[in-house]
Amino acid sequence: MQDLGISILFKGINFQRLMGGLWVTLRLALITIGLSCLFGLLFGVLMLSKKRVAKVFCRVWLEIVRFMPQLVLLYLVYFGFARLFGWDLDGETSAVMVFTFWGTAEMGDLIRGALTSIPLHQTESAAALGLKKGQVYLYVLIPQTLRRYVLIPQTLRRLLPQAINLSTRIIKTTALVKMINVTEVLKVGQQIIGQFYRQPDAAFWVYFVIFLLYFLVCWPFSLLAKQLEKRWA
Amino acid sequence: MDWIFIASHVGDYVGGAWVTLRFGLYGVLCSLALGMLCCLARYFRVPVLRQIAVGYIELARNTPLLVQLFFLYAGLPRVGIRFSAEACAVIGLTFLGGAYMAEAFRSGLEAVDKAQVEAGACIGLTRRQNIRYVIFPQALATAVPALFANVIFLIKETSVFSVLAMMDLMNVADTLRTSGGRTVEVLFMLVAAYLIILLPVSVIATMVERRLRYAGFGDQHSV
Repeated sequence: MQDLGISILFKGINFQRLMGGLWVTLRLALITIGLSCLFGLLFGVLMLSKKRVAKVFCRVWLEIVRFMPQLVLLYLVYFGFARLFGWDLDGETSAVMVFTFWGTAEMGDLIRGALTSIPLHQTESAAALGLKKGQVYLYVLIPQTLRRYVLIPQTLRRLLPQAINLSTRIIKTTALVKMINVTEVLKVGQQIIGQFYRQPDAAFWVYFVIFLLYFLVCWPFSLLAKQLEKRWA
Repeated sequence: MDWIFIASHVGDYVGGAWVTLRFGLYGVLCSLALGMLCCLARYFRVPVLRQIAVGYIELARNTPLLVQLFFLYAGLPRVGIRFSAEACAVIGLTFLGGAYMAEAFRSGLEAVDKAQVEAGACIGLTRRQNIRYVIFPQALATAVPALFANVIFLIKETSVFSVLAMMDLMNVADTLRTSGGRTVEVLFMLVAAYLIILLPVSVIATMVERRLRYAGFGDQHSV
């Protein structure tokens, strides 16, 4: 009598191995989210610049990100950069570069939206007080955008759910590193299936559990975003 | 840049683009249908179906397409459920896309002003007429930008179909790259191919959105 395929997940350290694989993508996602928030803030401010060059630059960046599948961008960096510039980047570095490139533009667009929702009189009052442009952003607009601060909690209310949604998208997208030879959860799953090739339904259970794991990671974020949206609407 | 190499492989990319576009389109159409069904089940509060729709939407939106495809293509056959690669591609894309389309439709329906519905009832429209002539047209107009965003998103997502051993653009490029070693040319053509596919979609989206802006009323902002 053969056991159910799911039992192989609890043989030896198989489950720990899967979790280790999941952590590889999650770590990449966390680094990406962090960097995207940071650069996205700069990008968002840059998008509001009145300078033509800056506008075109942001526009082109955003359009590239909108049009190119993330997998294509991954290939460009992972395979293309080695050829073009002789940079031999490993999979994880390429992934962080690509996903940050993407996340920065998307996060920047959200931040631009939040910044423009701050009433104009805030900027004008600050200018009337004699603040320089940089100071206006640093002391007036950005704090209001990021924090639930003094006058305008609406900006944060608008930004935060969207930023959380973007973060779950980033977590889901990091699964793509499988395609550039990073040993992440799907790859570990394949290794486990290979070891237990005598167990016919091993593949079913392994992929089912990976599916569930991703769901369990992303779902709480989605719920949180939805909750915040509902409460702050 | 080796233009002769590029010229001699344009045909491969056209074939790949055709696969990407065709299965992308099937996926988009099925997603629209499934999304509409889920959205209606929720809107009319159909018992059971409504709960299934909610559960499905959460499940599909919170898992990557790549993982869904692995489960469909490599996992399910082990318990006796077997689909061809092409079927997996369409099922996978529909599973993912249906949830996103449902959310887009729902946001459109939610954006219809209550006053509109009440006004419809006041002038004596039946519930069915109200839905047909007042609610749906406005909801659809509001949902269109989100729907087009989803179309572009889904066509981009087809790039993972190469794990199903389908000769889509990504797989064509990968095969050429590993056999020829002309990485730069191969990637250049890949980027060009996706641009050629997606630019028209984006242009159409902008045109349709601009046209639908006429559907704005009185003091309402066009969204």
